[in-house]
Amino acid sequence: MNIVVCIKQVPDAKTVRFDTEKGTLVREGVEAVINPFDFHALEAGLQMRDTYGGKVTVLTMGPLQAENALREAVSLGADKGILLSDRAFAGADTLATTYTLAMAIKKLGPVDLVLCGKQAIDGDTAQVGPGLAVRLGLPHVTCVNALSVLDDGKTLHIMRINEDGYDILELEMPALLTVLASLNTPRLPSLKGKMRAGKADIPVWDAGELGAEPGRIGLAGSATRVISTSVPTFKARREILEGSAEEQVKALVFRFKEAGFLNA
Amino acid sequence: MAQVNYFLTEEQQMIVDLTRRIAVEKIIPVRAKLDETEEFPWEIMKDIARSDLFGLYIPEEYGGFAKGCFENCLAVEQLAYGCIAVTTTFAASALGGYPILLFGTDEQKARYLPDIASGKRLVAFGLTEANAGSDAAGIRTTAVEDGDHWVLNGTKQWITSGGEAEIYTIVAMTDKNKGARGATAYIVEKGDPGFGYGKKERKMGLNASSTRELIFNGCRIPKDRILGRKGQGFIIAMRTLDLARPGIGAIAVGLAQAALDEAVRYARQRIQFGQPIITFQALQHMLADMATKIEASRALVYSVARTIDEEGAKDVAKLSAMAKVFATDMAMQVTTDAVQVLGGYGYMKSYPVEKMMRDAKILQIYEGTNQIMRNIIGQALNKEYAKK
Repeated sequence: MNIVVCIKQVPDAKTVRFDTEKGTLVREGVEAVINPFDFHALEAGLQMRDTYGGKVTVLTMGPLQAENALREAVSLGADKGILLSDRAFAGADTLATTYTLAMAIKKLGPVDLVLCGKQAIDGDTAQVGPGLAVRLGLPHVTCVNALSVLDDGKTLHIMRINEDGYDILELEMPALLTVLASLNTPRLPSLKGKMRAGKADIPVWDAGELGAEPGRIGLAGSATRVISTSVPTFKARREILEGSAEEQVKALVFRFKEAGFLNA
Repeated sequence: MAQVNYFLTEEQQMIVDLTRRIAVEKIIPVRAKLDETEEFPWEIMKDIARSDLFGLYIPEEYGGFAKGCFENCLAVEQLAYGCIAVTTTFAASALGGYPILLFGTDEQKARYLPDIASGKRLVAFGLTEANAGSDAAGIRTTAVEDGDHWVLNGTKQWITSGGEAEIYTIVAMTDKNKGARGATAYIVEKGDPGFGYGKKERKMGLNASSTRELIFNGCRIPKDRILGRKGQGFIIAMRTLDLARPGIGAIAVGLAQAALDEAVRYARQRIQFGQPIITFQALQHMLADMATKIEASRALVYSVARTIDEEGAKDVAKLSAMAKVFATDMAMQVTTDAVQVLGGYGYMKSYPVEKMMRDAKILQIYEGTNQIMRNIIGQALNKEYAKK
């Protein structure tokens, strides 16, 4: 099985601080760690490989320091790590990010399974997984909570969490999945893994290496711009309606029409 | 604030980081429950096996890392920070494995070391008997040749991982009249005919570690299970213990460090008489002495372990005994003081220090009592100074 896991380095949630004046994260001096959901995606990939054979390749798009994340993934058991890094990748929103990741995955050749964490804890969009699937032309399922392979060796049996409960799905590979933390318990690195990781060759692919169009990567390839971020303030208004149930419903309907939620 | 720099290599630091993570993520969350239920820590042993740590001291050709006493000390110190019962289970497997590594034939090494390195099979070390603790020469378990087999008869007492381990390194008497050359070492396996176990012991502490009698009742083992040569039994045992004792010192250091961390954290937030109790000199002095002794013990254990690795394991009995006796006496004192610092809370099972104090006691007793350690050191001094 050819498995690709996409990971991202994010600020360590335990040490990052919030600048209440600017409304932004203070990232200086904060350690970069692998996005927590991505550990579970990687673990899922490793378990698949351990059971069915194959190879796990880990990709990340990021600055040069993101190499540490790839080495950590190798120490956990990944067969190969590849860093997608280029000044031109900076400022990417999820549209540009999925383009870059897709170019890299296409360069790797035929793939059976692409695994992503549900979302990155800094961006929280949860868009990269599904976006990547569309670009690769792969069917995808998000919020995977349980996963196994049927006896035919190519159909995935999946439990997906939704708002009301869960779905059980079957999906033929090649496919892309985004996973929840409840899917598995990530393994600890092994000593052999750590030593391998220290010596591992981590290639760096830039825009040229990927054959990426300049207008589709980084800030240039982003359809969205973050104008500002702020913490919302809540000013709650409270009113308790009196009277019988019918009277209260009449009053509610009146207020909804006033607020424009209901057409008269 | 500066920490003592022990100049670890990158690989050594990897070992420390890995074992520390295991202690924090896998051991600490379950240590109180394991102590209460006295159940064998199979899950943690599996985690340790997956991390390749059972192979630390085993040569690379058998799947290990060919590391030495020092790396072993680094590993057990961090695991002990979590729980010394779990750590003893891990370390005892090395105690049982070392004889095979040091004295086994190539065939025996090929047969046993790969499974030991992968953690697939645990090992136990069987020397102690009801009438032979410090006086190891007083063992009464016998081994008699019978055609193509050896037949063992007798009982071993208080064997760590007895019943759970699958490979046992046993020392039995082959010729009572030969004194120090009267015993021989053997490899016994779970399932060998005539090999059974007694009930599990209930102990003051070290509860996650299984301690059982081993019963040899006409136990027949093939000729090729002899370890080393006939008559080498006590030499094998002593050499193994010399290598393992600094590890006990390291376990003591890890335990004491855990106790100190609890004590300082508590003293900083416990307010009495309007201030945190750590601002009172009485407590500062206690904590200062605890911290200083821990660091001194660590430095001694590390130095001895490195010496054993560099100069080869010859005549290291005195140094090995020093590392063990100093650190373990320190750990008993530090854990007791930690309970005192926590006061009433220290006595309650819902706080971790009472377990640390109960656990610490065994460190002064097993792998050679601290009285025997002092004998070894004293006798060595006598010999050393005779030449001066």
